[in-house]
Amino acid sequence: MKALVIAEIDKHSLKQATFSCLAAAQKLATTVDLMVFAPVDHALHTYDFRGWSNVILVENITCETHLTAEAMTETILSQASTYDSILFPATMFGKNIAPRVAAQLNVGQISDVIDIESSDSFTRPIYAGNALAKVTSSDTVKIITIRTTAFSPIAESGPSSKKLTCPFLMEKWQKRVWVEKREGTQNLRPELSTAKVVVAGGRALGSAENFQLVEKLADIFEGAIGASRAAVDAGYAPNDYQVGQTGKVVAPELYIAIGISGAIQHIAGMKDSRIIVAINNDPDAPICQIADYTFIGDLFKVVPELIHELTTRKRYG
Amino acid sequence: MKILVPVKKVIDHTVKIRVKTDATGVETQGVKMSINPFDEIAIEEAVRLKERSIAHEVIIVTIGLETHQDILRQALALGADRAILVTAESATMLEEFDSLDIAQILKLIALKETPDLVIMGKQAIDDDCNQTGQMLAALLGWPQATFASQVTIESGIADVAREIDGGIERMAFQMPGVITTDLRLNQPRYASLPNLMKAKQKPIGTMKMSELNYTPRQRIVTQTVFNPPKRQSGQTLSSVSELTQRLFETLSPSS
Ligand SMILES: Cc1cc2nc3c(=O)[nH]c(=O)nc-3n(C[C@H](O)[C@H](O)[C@H](O)COP(=O)(O)OP(=O)(O)OC[C@H]3O[C@@H](n4cnc5c(N)ncnc54)[C@H](O)[C@@H]3O)c2cc1C
Repeated sequence: MKALVIAEIDKHSLKQATFSCLAAAQKLATTVDLMVFAPVDHALHTYDFRGWSNVILVENITCETHLTAEAMTETILSQASTYDSILFPATMFGKNIAPRVAAQLNVGQISDVIDIESSDSFTRPIYAGNALAKVTSSDTVKIITIRTTAFSPIAESGPSSKKLTCPFLMEKWQKRVWVEKREGTQNLRPELSTAKVVVAGGRALGSAENFQLVEKLADIFEGAIGASRAAVDAGYAPNDYQVGQTGKVVAPELYIAIGISGAIQHIAGMKDSRIIVAINNDPDAPICQIADYTFIGDLFKVVPELIHELTTRKRYG
Repeated sequence: MKILVPVKKVIDHTVKIRVKTDATGVETQGVKMSINPFDEIAIEEAVRLKERSIAHEVIIVTIGLETHQDILRQALALGADRAILVTAESATMLEEFDSLDIAQILKLIALKETPDLVIMGKQAIDDDCNQTGQMLAALLGWPQATFASQVTIESGIADVAREIDGGIERMAFQMPGVITTDLRLNQPRYASLPNLMKAKQKPIGTMKMSELNYTPRQRIVTQTVFNPPKRQSGQTLSSVSELTQRLFETLSPSS
């Protein structure tokens, strides 16, 4: 059995999600290739492949290339014929492309896989994770997106790494679809989906200025910042901070929910965290039912105190 | 410009779902059903384009059962012009469709109706698949703009802001194409009583699945549905210093 993983990358690295996908792919296949959509030289010089063998670098990509779902799909399809499965991370990146690849191969797609029982049987959450479904696929090729928090990333596998190349096929699409610009959220923090600590704020913060309380607390832990939909909709935090059914799924060591009620759509994105702490003034808020530690009180009083105690303790041991 | 908006009837987002005791699925008997929230956003966007005279017709389509007329009436009351109901032979058959089946059927409808734009929800909140829009675009050979938080249409070009992992991507495509909606694209309106009355006069065309000559694949099959593991409920802490202590314990390497 042979599998292809489509790498999720940023400027500096192969993202953790990629290594989780490789781990998942190993459950399906003995040979796993990794396809990387980045300028070849840049990839070779900058990325740590953890010694993965069989890397396919896509050629003629520059920093200016429009990496559209359409062109990436064509490129993946040009290589698809020898694979029994193609895996993507279940992130906005993967979800954008995987169904397109599946439809063009005339096969179904299995989303957000959290467990692989066999080469044709998978478990995935439905209804915002309030139920799990075991699904089987009798399609000849399995197109899968992986809930990356459910698979531990692969470790370093050795120094050797075979590199192959294939061309980027964009001619058919470049006049019909293009990227104008990416407005990245300025962020020097660890990535939300893989951070060890996530501090998240909700509607109760009340303003973007007040949301800095969340940021300050996150700073102490060198953690990432999350937000509820209500906080994002109100403009307290950027869209890519949203945790939940329709945002990001996180499973850190520690998740601190500040002024978040814990609607099912929010819990869907964080309930697999190891330790959950809720700071809320309402003991009946649903978040308190799933939290390991609940602190009932006014966040505007509790959080500054907490920040003070934590910094003092950190400084003086 | 003509816009096609596919919609799905799902368990309302406020309902706490229950897994059936025979593990075949989720209880839907006597449960409140609604239009998938993302589809409401799609309808709203299409109607706004019509109100700004950028679109001249908004057509709603659902693949469902006779009893799904109600969500079509609802969509018509929100400002759509007409609706199409494609009925499956049975509820079981409908449940067995996977996203590719739905995309294939939508493709046949799109070929008939020749819309310039399809706007649809990025995911349905029941199976949470997030697939159909991308699949439909691929089957039609059209470009796609998924997870849209802003849409501008000008001289045959759709300019779309997309919510991506690291922020916002601004992209554009030459129509026809498919747009899938994210939560922040707009705030859907409520249907007013007069509009609900007016919607009764608007046409709903019904066709049977069999008339479309499409054989469902039934390749991705749900075997069992079960409850996820429950989290143990925890402790309520009473002082900030206790909370600080717990946080330190959680993060110390020995824990
Ligand atoms: C289709 C759909 C998809 C959705 N997807 C998501 C998603 O991905 N992620 C998501 O988060 N939501 C999502 N939602 C929204 C979700 O249903 C909730 O509306 C949202 O999570 C609520 O955000 P919140 O907890 O910040 O606000 P609220 O529910 O208003 O909660 C605020 C909380 O703060 C507490 N509070 C108030 N003042 C204070 C104070 N001074 N000190 C301490 N506590 C205080 C209150 O007791 C309350 O518990 C979705 C909804 C729909 C319909």
